[in-house]
Formats: sequence, structure tokens, C-alpha cells
Amino acid sequence: MVMRIERDQSRFKQIVRGKIRQNLKKYVKHGEMIGRKGKDLVSIPLPQLDMPHFRHGDRNSGGVGQGEGEVGQPVGRGQDGDQPGGPGSAGNEPGGHVLEVDVSLEELAEILGEELELPRIEPKGKANIVEEKSRYTGIRRSGPESLRHFKRTYKEALRRQVSTGTYNPDNPRVVPIKEDKRYRSWKTYQIPEANAAIIYMMDVSGSMAEEQKEIVRTEAFWIDTWLRSQYDGIERRYIIHDALAREVDEDTFFHTRESGGTRISSAYNVCLDLIKKQFPPEDWNIYCFHFSDGDNWGEDNETCFDVLSEHILPNVNLFCYGQVESPYGSGEFLPALFERFRGVCDNLVLSEIPDREAILDSIKLFLGKGR
Amino acid sequence: MPTQPLEHLPKELANLQVEIEGYATAHGLDYYDTIFEVVDYNQLNEIAAYGGFPTRYPHWRFGMEYEQLSKSYSYGLSKIYELVINNDPCYAYLLKCNPLTDQKLVMAHVYGHCDFFKNNLYFDHTNRKMMDQMANHAQRVRRYIDRFGIEAVETFIDACLSIDDLIDIHSTFMKRHDGKPSEIPVEEDGDYEEDRRTPGRFRAKNYLDPFVNPPDVLAAEAEARRRVQTDKIKDARKVPEQPMFDVLLFLLEHAPLKPWQIDILSIIRDEAYYFAPQGQTKIMNEGWASYWHSKLMTKYLIEPNDIIHYAEHHSGTVATHGGRLNPYKLGIELFRNIEERWDRGQFGKDWEECDDWQERKNWDTGAGLGKEKIYEVRRIHNDLTFIDTFLTPEFCHEQKLFSFGFNDSSEVYEIESREFPKIKQRLLFQLTNRGQPRIQVLDGNYKNRGELLLQHIFQGIELQMDYARDTLANLYLLWKRPVHLETVVDEVKSVLSFDGSEFAEDQGNTFEVVSVVT
Repeated sequence: MVMRIERDQSRFKQIVRGKIRQNLKKYVKHGEMIGRKGKDLVSIPLPQLDMPHFRHGDRNSGGVGQGEGEVGQPVGRGQDGDQPGGPGSAGNEPGGHVLEVDVSLEELAEILGEELELPRIEPKGKANIVEEKSRYTGIRRSGPESLRHFKRTYKEALRRQVSTGTYNPDNPRVVPIKEDKRYRSWKTYQIPEANAAIIYMMDVSGSMAEEQKEIVRTEAFWIDTWLRSQYDGIERRYIIHDALAREVDEDTFFHTRESGGTRISSAYNVCLDLIKKQFPPEDWNIYCFHFSDGDNWGEDNETCFDVLSEHILPNVNLFCYGQVESPYGSGEFLPALFERFRGVCDNLVLSEIPDREAILDSIKLFLGKGR
Repeated sequence: MPTQPLEHLPKELANLQVEIEGYATAHGLDYYDTIFEVVDYNQLNEIAAYGGFPTRYPHWRFGMEYEQLSKSYSYGLSKIYELVINNDPCYAYLLKCNPLTDQKLVMAHVYGHCDFFKNNLYFDHTNRKMMDQMANHAQRVRRYIDRFGIEAVETFIDACLSIDDLIDIHSTFMKRHDGKPSEIPVEEDGDYEEDRRTPGRFRAKNYLDPFVNPPDVLAAEAEARRRVQTDKIKDARKVPEQPMFDVLLFLLEHAPLKPWQIDILSIIRDEAYYFAPQGQTKIMNEGWASYWHSKLMTKYLIEPNDIIHYAEHHSGTVATHGGRLNPYKLGIELFRNIEERWDRGQFGKDWEECDDWQERKNWDTGAGLGKEKIYEVRRIHNDLTFIDTFLTPEFCHEQKLFSFGFNDSSEVYEIESREFPKIKQRLLFQLTNRGQPRIQVLDGNYKNRGELLLQHIFQGIELQMDYARDTLANLYLLWKRPVHLETVVDEVKSVLSFDGSEFAEDQGNTFEVVSVVT
């Protein structure tokens, strides 16, 4: 059962995030509670919204306390809540390492979306991301006349007449007035359809070191988080490649280290295969992310471009290529892609990720189009 | 709400309730029927967020409360043990997961509160069917939300909440206002067509009219009416006639509000009056309840296996942290102090005049009036008068009370004094008008332009300016004409104004209430 308070709570959260009632945002105070988790002190974020009142200023105020202490000795804050936000309240809170806790994944995705100003993703073509169904679920007091519920309306009228004593059983005429009217109300149910697919591809050739993989992993996590907040059902596929490519599970994807040469087209072919077999483009929103250090086997580039332009790009929402910098890789692939597809194609996004700091920008570049 | 709650109570607790009620009654506690409900912590947090009521109107601030309570509960920072509602019957909630010792203590504590609610004078005016009333309020607000949309209704509620402390907490004991809405009289329009509806004129055929309605008589009557009207205007040239603390009432009567807005404002006002006595009697109420849980527990209820747990819980309840004043502690100690003093006859002229320390210490006339006295105190006092009447230098010293103030140079609050007069003064100030600035309506037709003038009764502490401005802006939303507040800013008498678009501060002018004389 959904508790009534949860509606108030979600409304409050929306206000805190500035989604609704923007004029209230200035009253939001980002307080915290200091808690303890095992040995660590943790800070529990506690946003507060304080409606303005006429009240005494902090200065010159004081109060009464109880306990030991000499005259002149500093004390903590006065009575609970009596002087909130006062300056110079004594620092009796523990300092040092304080970890933030208590952010759910959904909240993270929302924060990410807000920080990066990521647009909401528009559904692809006619295929709805979620299907909506309306159902009459209840009764309310206002609504369009076409939804008036006759039986309930007359029941209300009867009830009113009986209680006011105007009902006459011998002449049972019931005349509804405006207050008696009842209308059907409906709820919109969302039926999620798993129709977004993410295909991650990663170069695991010898030139990709642990550092590079870490960057890929971090970026993939955030992309995943964001897309998951946008679609109710998401299918994910992972492909790794060196000179040969194969589909793997999530765990292998992040933890494998192979060695050998690089043939990017092998991955694109596997990807294409996946799309053909599992994700018919007319029903699916497909996102491809490819991470590599840009070191490709010379003659392979043309093959890659062909597969991309002929088969993959026309069929996917977005194809993102992220190039991590590696001490071993030549990094030629990105400029080559850029030359080939410049101005031709708007669902191909290229991004260079030299280090961890660039991850945010890269995500913004990838997802900032709202496709 | 379940109608037969005793069935919901586990047998163990139901038996306990009967037992505790027996002791409470034997000690002379007098309470409404008390219904205990056992709830889990989520429900308890929800109810607590709603101020103790299962049904309130939708508003984000309850969600905020809830988030705070449930976060601090889930991180083990705080826990609500007890929740009692001033209602007939009294509803009280028990946390399901509490051990039996805690349940005993809480139940005993609850009877203290119930007795206090029923008998303390300041709760006399409160609606004892508030549970139903609150649910009705919720229903009404929900209906408005259905009709006018959540944004409009919530914005209005927020504006009302911004001033919901501007009520007259003493008004329930005196009649400052005749209860009828006063009207701003409108002078009769001179060229009002004298038709059949003119008062005093009888229906007549044209040729008979001069005889049925003689013109000179009509003129005389009209003159008489005009005189009465002018007298009225002279009498009521000021709105309100007397400065009025109940700003909400004034707005209800005079602000240009739509019917649904008036209803919401009156809901907020009703609830503010309902909750006010709880703010006025925090120390006494908690002190009284703690006194009783302690008495009933230690005298009857405690089993050997409860002792450690009880001692821990009780000392947690009355502990003072970091020099903060704990109302539970102050209340219970002062009640005990009063009981002891009246038992030993430490009152009256002889006691007051005795200044021999040794003699005072051993003073005991064997009066034995303690019990009677504390019952009387719980009947007729509120926190302010409680402290004013019964706080003694000995008590302050014994309880290690101190007053603190803000040190401008070091920018911290520090202990200012351990002297009795200073402590008492600070404490009384804190309790006067619940520590809030006193604001009253001076004029609803300020400058003869229908503007609203409020006055802050300055008592040495200035208002917090940013909040005062924003509150004025909210007032403007209700009054819809410029609003002004007379107060003191930087030690100069000033008038803050908001005209809908900008704030103005008129400093240093000598201030006069402009009365409109016709």
C-alpha cells in the first residue's frame, strides 16, 4: 500500500530539486545529520525548507542552559530549533572524514541529468518507450460532464436529501445538485516495454591498460545509470574485441585483459549481427558505445567505415565512439572517423577521453543530444 | 481509524493498560478514554510527520518531516517512543518493536499527558474532536486541489503558513473582539435613484403617492438615516478599532480572498489555535508526564528484569546534552521541587522573609500539601507562569542552570551568568509568546489607501530581516495591497514596506498612526 505521506515526500523532493515551485528553492537549506556507520562518521544529507516567519534575529539573543561550565565558556546551540542557522554556533560536531551517504541510484541519475543538463531522451519514431493505458479507477468530485457517474451522483443526492430531511419516501424524487455530482476518475498506467538496447564494445587489445579500462568502466556505469532512468526496460550487450570479437557478459567485459592486434571491424560486425538478430531497429532504441585507444590495424579502417555507414548508423539512435588515451596506442582511428563522417551523419558522436576528468564532458557529449 | 482498538492491542499490552489505568486513577489522574495503537516505525514516522494525526491535508512539509524522521530513525540517530494526541478519546501510539519495558514506561507517560490535556486550563478551548476535524480539513483541501489545482492551492497554503504564528494565544480567555465581522461602512451614494426600494417608502399608485409617501416625511427619514450612518463612520473610522494580535482573523475578515481561500486560511488558523497550547506548555506537559511515568514505574510496574533498561531509558529522556535545556528535565525537577516545598511548608510569608541559609535548608513544617499543590499547578499554569511563579534561586543553583548569550567579539554563544535574576529573565523571555516576536495589526486602511500596517512590538531584539521581508511578501499575496511593518532596524525605528514589486525601508521617521477622520 502506498502511504499517503509518500506523495507529500515526493512533492517535497521535487521542490528541493527545483523541479516545481521554483520560487521556494531559495528557502531550501542543505542541512545534514551526522551519523555513524561502523567506525566512520557519515553525513546524511537533510534538505530543509523553511517558510519565512517573522522571527527574532540571531544577534542579541540568548537563552538558558543547564550543566557545568564557567561564566564565559562557549556553549553549543541554544534550545532545539530556537535559533536555527545561527552564526558561530560552537563547533561541537565532529570534524574529519565525513562520507556522504544515502543517495539512491535514481537520485544519482537525476542529479547527473541536471548537472550535465542532459535532455530527456525523445522516443524513437512512433514506437513508444512506454505504453500508456488509462483505466477508470475511482470517483471524484470534479470532472467533465461526459464522465458523470449517474448512479453515484444519485446516491449522493439521495444521501443529502435524507440527511437534510427533504426526502419523502412517498414521493421519492431525487434531484442532484452540483455538490452531489460524482465523476469517474482514471489513472494512467505505464506499461514498460523493454525496447532500449545498449551495446557496449571495448577494445581489449594489449594496448589497453588497467587505467584505460577503469575509465571505460566508469563511463559505462554512468551512461548505464542515465539510460536506465530514461527507459523502463533496458537490454544490455557487451562485446570485446582485439583482432577477433565476441559477445561476453558484463563481468567479463570489465575484467578481461587480452592481448594481440586490433581489428575494430570485427566488433562492428558482431554488433551488426546482434542488431539484426535481436533488436530489429523499427522496434528498438539502440545505443552503441565503443571504447578503444584508437589503435587499429591499418587496412581495417575502410571496412569499419563501410559497416558503420551502410548498416549500423542508419539503424541506431546513437553511435558513440570514445577514445581513451593510451601510452601504446596511436590514436589514429578517431581523426580518421572524423574525416570520413564529417557533416554526413548526426548520430555519430566522437569523444576523446584523455583522463578521468574528461569522463563527465564525454558523457555530456554522448548523451547531450537527447536522442 | 479502527473503532475497537483494544482488539488490536496484543493481550499483554491490553492487560498492562488495565493495570496502569488502575494505578493512574488511584493517584487521581483524570483522563479521557485512552486508545493505544501499535504501529511499526514507518507508520509512526508518518503519523508523527502529520503532527500526530492519521489524516492531514496534502502538503510538502509533512513529507519533509517524514523524510527527516525516517532518515534519522534508519541511521539510529533518533527514535520516537511516544505520541499522544489531545483528543477525546485520547489516541496514543506505541512502537511495535519496543521491548516491554519501554511500552510500560510509554504507557505510564501517556497517562500523564492525557491527564494534562484534559485538565490544564490552556487546553480548555481546544477541539476534543480534532481527529475528525483534521480529517474534514484534509477532505476540504483535497476538494480544492481537485478544483483549482495543486499549484494554486499549495502556493496559497504556503503563504498562510508563513504567518500562521500571528494569532492571539490569549484571545481564548478574553473577549477582545465581538466575534462578528466588522464592516467598513460605505457612505450612502447621493444620487442613488429613489425608487420603490427606498426604505420607508410604501407602494402606492402614482396619483396617491404624494399622500401615501409625503415628501417631507421621506426627506426627514432620509436625513435621520444619514445621521446614523455618519455616526457609524465616525465610530468605526479605524479598522481594526483596537490593534489586533490575531492577524489571521483580521485577514479572514478583511482581505480580498476567494471563498476557498478564506476556508483554507480558517483551516490553518483553527489548527494553529489547536496546537498553540502544546507550545505554551511544553515544559509542564513533558515534566508532568515524566513525573508520572517515573512514579508509576518505580512504585508499581517495574520488574527486576526491567530495572537496567528502565534506568537507561529514563536517564536518556531527562538527560541534558551540551548544555541544552531539556524540557523533560526542567519540568520533572520543578514539579518535584514544588511537591517537596509544599510538603515541607516552604512557602508563604515566613519562608519568604527567612534569610538564614541553615534554617531554610532544614525548614519543614510538615505541611504535606505537595500532592495537592502539583495538581493545582498542572491545572492553572502554563510554562510562562510556571517558571515565573516557582523558579527559585536554590533550584537554579541545584540544577546548574545558566544563561547564555551571543558574544559579538568571539562570535560564539557563551555562558553569560549563573545569577538567578538573569536566568529567570532569559527563560521568561524565551517563553513569552512562545519566543516569537509579537506582531499586531494597527491599521487596515493605512494612509487611507487600503494598505495594511502591522506593528512589531519591540522588546529588545530585532527581526531577522530577510525573513521579515519574505514574510511581508507573503502577506501581500493575501492582502493584495501594499503591506507595511513598523519595527526597529539597526536600532532605529523603521517601516518596512512591500508594494508587490519592491521593498522599501523608511528609516528614522518619527512614526504616527494615521487615523482617518471624516
